[in-house]
Amino acid sequence: MLLAPIIWVLTVVIMYFFAAKVWWFPPPISQHGLAYDAQFMRTLVITGIIFFFAQFALGWAIFRYRDDGRRASYSHGNNKWESIWTSATAVLFVGLVLTGTKIWVAVHLSEPDPNAVPIELMAKQFAFSFRYPGPDGKFGNTDLKLVNDAAGNPFGLDDKDPAGKDDVVSASLKVPVGKPIKLIMHSRDVIHNFFVRELRLKQDIVPGMEIPLYFQADTPGTYEIPCSELCGLGHFQMRSTMQVMAEADFEKWKQEQAANK
Amino acid sequence: MPSSITSDIIKPPSPPRGGGGGGGGSDGWGASRRASMTGLMVLLAATTMAFAAFTSAFVVRRGISNDWVALPLPRIVWANTAVLLASSLLLELARHSLKSGRRSAFNRYWTAGTVLGALFLLGQALAWRELNTAGIFVATNPSSSFFYLLTAAHGLHILGGLTALAYVDVQALRLRLGPGKRTAVDVSAMFWHFVDGLWLFLMVLFLVWG
Amino acid sequence: MSSPVVHAHHAPQGFIRKWIFSLDHKVIGIQYYFLALFSVLIGMSLSLLMRYHMVHPDAKVAWFAKLWPTAAQGGIMTPELYLSLMTMHGTIMVFFVLTTAPQSGFGNYFLPIQIGAEDMAFPVLNMMSFWTTFLALVVMVAAFFVQGGPPLSGWTGYPPLSAIGPLAGPGEGLGQTLWIVSIAIFCGASLMGAINFIATLIDLRCQGMSLMRLPLTCWTWFVTAILGLLGFAVLLAAGVLLVLDRSAGTSFFVPGGLLVSDQILSHKGGSPLLWQHLFWFFGHPEVYIAILPGMGVTSQILSTFSRKPIFGYRAMVYAILSIGFLGFMVWGHHMFMSGMSPYSAMAFSVLTMAIGVPSAIKTFNWIGTLWGGKIHFTTAMMFALGFVSLFVTGGLSGIFLGQPALDLYFHDTYFVVGHFHMIMGVAAIFGMFAGTFYWFPKMFGRMMNETLGKIHFYITFLGVYCIFTPMHYLGIAGNPRRYSDFTNFDFLGKLLPVHSFMTQAAYGTAAIQILFFINLFWSMKYGKKAPMNPWNATTLEWTVPSPPPFDNFGGQHPVVNHGPYEYSVPGAPRDFIMQTDPVDVHAE
Repeated sequence: MLLAPIIWVLTVVIMYFFAAKVWWFPPPISQHGLAYDAQFMRTLVITGIIFFFAQFALGWAIFRYRDDGRRASYSHGNNKWESIWTSATAVLFVGLVLTGTKIWVAVHLSEPDPNAVPIELMAKQFAFSFRYPGPDGKFGNTDLKLVNDAAGNPFGLDDKDPAGKDDVVSASLKVPVGKPIKLIMHSRDVIHNFFVRELRLKQDIVPGMEIPLYFQADTPGTYEIPCSELCGLGHFQMRSTMQVMAEADFEKWKQEQAANK
Repeated sequence: MPSSITSDIIKPPSPPRGGGGGGGGSDGWGASRRASMTGLMVLLAATTMAFAAFTSAFVVRRGISNDWVALPLPRIVWANTAVLLASSLLLELARHSLKSGRRSAFNRYWTAGTVLGALFLLGQALAWRELNTAGIFVATNPSSSFFYLLTAAHGLHILGGLTALAYVDVQALRLRLGPGKRTAVDVSAMFWHFVDGLWLFLMVLFLVWG
Repeated sequence: MSSPVVHAHHAPQGFIRKWIFSLDHKVIGIQYYFLALFSVLIGMSLSLLMRYHMVHPDAKVAWFAKLWPTAAQGGIMTPELYLSLMTMHGTIMVFFVLTTAPQSGFGNYFLPIQIGAEDMAFPVLNMMSFWTTFLALVVMVAAFFVQGGPPLSGWTGYPPLSAIGPLAGPGEGLGQTLWIVSIAIFCGASLMGAINFIATLIDLRCQGMSLMRLPLTCWTWFVTAILGLLGFAVLLAAGVLLVLDRSAGTSFFVPGGLLVSDQILSHKGGSPLLWQHLFWFFGHPEVYIAILPGMGVTSQILSTFSRKPIFGYRAMVYAILSIGFLGFMVWGHHMFMSGMSPYSAMAFSVLTMAIGVPSAIKTFNWIGTLWGGKIHFTTAMMFALGFVSLFVTGGLSGIFLGQPALDLYFHDTYFVVGHFHMIMGVAAIFGMFAGTFYWFPKMFGRMMNETLGKIHFYITFLGVYCIFTPMHYLGIAGNPRRYSDFTNFDFLGKLLPVHSFMTQAAYGTAAIQILFFINLFWSMKYGKKAPMNPWNATTLEWTVPSPPPFDNFGGQHPVVNHGPYEYSVPGAPRDFIMQTDPVDVHAE
């Protein structure tokens, strides 16, 4: 029947677009990204094989067993086949989860690097703000009542606190290449989400919670940060960038910013 | 008439079969009673889930922040609990009487149980009044938010149960409580006992974690 | 609680009693079906508006300004209007289409007949459940017409966005409140339905209809009712808490330290994650509510038109039960990125993969049913076959999303949107189409037009693949969801051609649905008269006239002697044995 070739053609076309990577991930810029892509590939291959065989079998059944006068076979099933494909599915699916566990554990459940560069992120409707501690390595106190976006104080830095005097505030994220980063995330109003495609990482930013995200970027460049949790009418334009630069440039930038305060 | 909520069941001409409607048949009183019991169980399952959701919200909220201030339980709540337990007891005495055919005893016990049920609701309103007077409102503290919420949700179920109890009572007092309404008696009583038990659970929640 | 009504002597009289406040489960089923049909038209129109805006965000459309003078000044759709349309699209489709027609529509009509009962256990409650659903729809639609319009927080309504009122945007005032009230009313209606379905299935089966002789449709309606029963109660609780946060100053979901529009809010101590847990505890079973009845219908139709018993009936039943059971244990996979414990994420992930197994069993068994069969390609069969193909495609993308490691990229991208649309927005809908073509003869006493049906099927099948498969590619490219336009990011600009393609496919596919509506309404009046059993099928609904009398079996009490899928039994006089045929089929 006509449906069989249609299913087959659709299957091939769909698989083509995956195989040819017509619309694809941007290249990864971290070890995590490489591990991520490997797990994605494993999953793609397994699901791709299942996809192909399931759609092919469906099409074949439609074609081969169309009514041509024969009698249908009377069968209530086949326990052997039932057990085979049930176990195979269970093994494959649970296996995929287990191979991916290492990646998940590495991101969220491993011992944090004590030398990670701390950077604070403040998400609000509809912008990201970043704060870098100065040479004292300490973040200054903040107070919600002191927040003044127009005057360039989205964090509500308390200028009476000496620890905050050297804090650098910026609208974009700048990180030194090849160094572990600890991004400490807060939200000032609703739930937002920090996402960098090239890092293969995202994390909801939840008001009332302080959420750390550890990562390391190994390739210099500028990467877009699209907010990835509905936060209101400006969600689609809540954008920032992450610039990965040589460590020397990073330090120089921070000094320049502090000097200009 | 057959389409109203209060209809008695008209036993249809059933095929001659041993066991009447109590077996697998879908006709007559057997299936009707069983279906009503199943329906009640389903309703109780839903109520349980709703209160389970509230309880987990309670536990989570209490655990995540340090702004929880224990609520001083209004003393009248103890009296209300006793009244509610007594009403359940009276309903059981009523059902017992009905089983042995003592209709007027049933009427007395059932009416008393219903009245005590209404008294419980009144007492809960007084408990709210007591809290208001002490300056404790819904948004005062998470503990008070939950108290008002849980007593209101429970109170709504009491109201529903009271409606059922009152209906049975009216039917009984107007001498319209035929054998076909036996299920209504049992279902309302069981619902009432459940809501009673639910109240005991809430009391434990308030006393131990409130 | 009303007692089962015995219709033996009393057919309803009068138009109101017969068609408006009917107690007849068949009429109520049709009422639900038409409510869903009306809702799907609204939901589909909303999606077409959304797709248009995504590709032409700055377009001036004159009648936008007429419809929405504030939200579309100068005829340009504002982002907040887009988000409101998106919120209502999801809400109306999930609740008023996918939770009504498959279960309360077809289920109401056919569960009692398929088990040999005269009606549902509580006909008055049944009537009330429909009108309560109708009231919920009225309240929901009212949100379009109040000041500020409908809410913009998505069908998932996450606080704080949904809890802080008009500060969060237009629609977050009265619109959001009406949304919560409508959902709460819907929860009540759903509970009433669940009481009926469960009591009817457990207590009103006719003689010989054991559990293992139930058609698979009945199993799915049964498990779906249980899912709804337990899930909607939790949603109701969550809705109550949200209303209190919005209007009574409580802080269940809203933490302290919030600054919105230069105002420091007075809430403190609440947890946004608490809402997510409560919502998704309902939300995940909800999606199984949306798909299970479609699976039941597919099993029914594949068996009928392959002239073969269902492959592995017992396994299918266990699969339905496992999906129902496990469905309550996987909700956290919607929350992998939420900030909840990474350990919980791992637990939810394993359970999520586990639930893939019964789904796979069902798919293999459907193909197994076809294998060695004698396939008749009626329109109903085409849609059932389409269901299988779409379920494979949509289900497999879940294997990616069920792994938190991969969700680190895919959460909140179009990969997710593609996944759930394939499963709910297409496969489940195909289940409804299949059910319509299969049961229309029984419901309306006439046959639908097969040619029109097949044309509609082929174009729709190709169309939905064109609309929703590209979403997976967009997800791989990192396209976030719930964006009203894509002009602010370099990487999104490159993806606009894909969006254009999807929009055109959407318009084309939507347009072709007119064929279905023409077929449906024309056939009701002018279709060829339908015999009692046009498909030579085996289950009980095919033993009664088309349409059935008001008490289904004309006062008779069916006795069941066979399982539901006895097709092509060797030695039998015909290629099917009806469930009520005598035990010895050769005896006449």
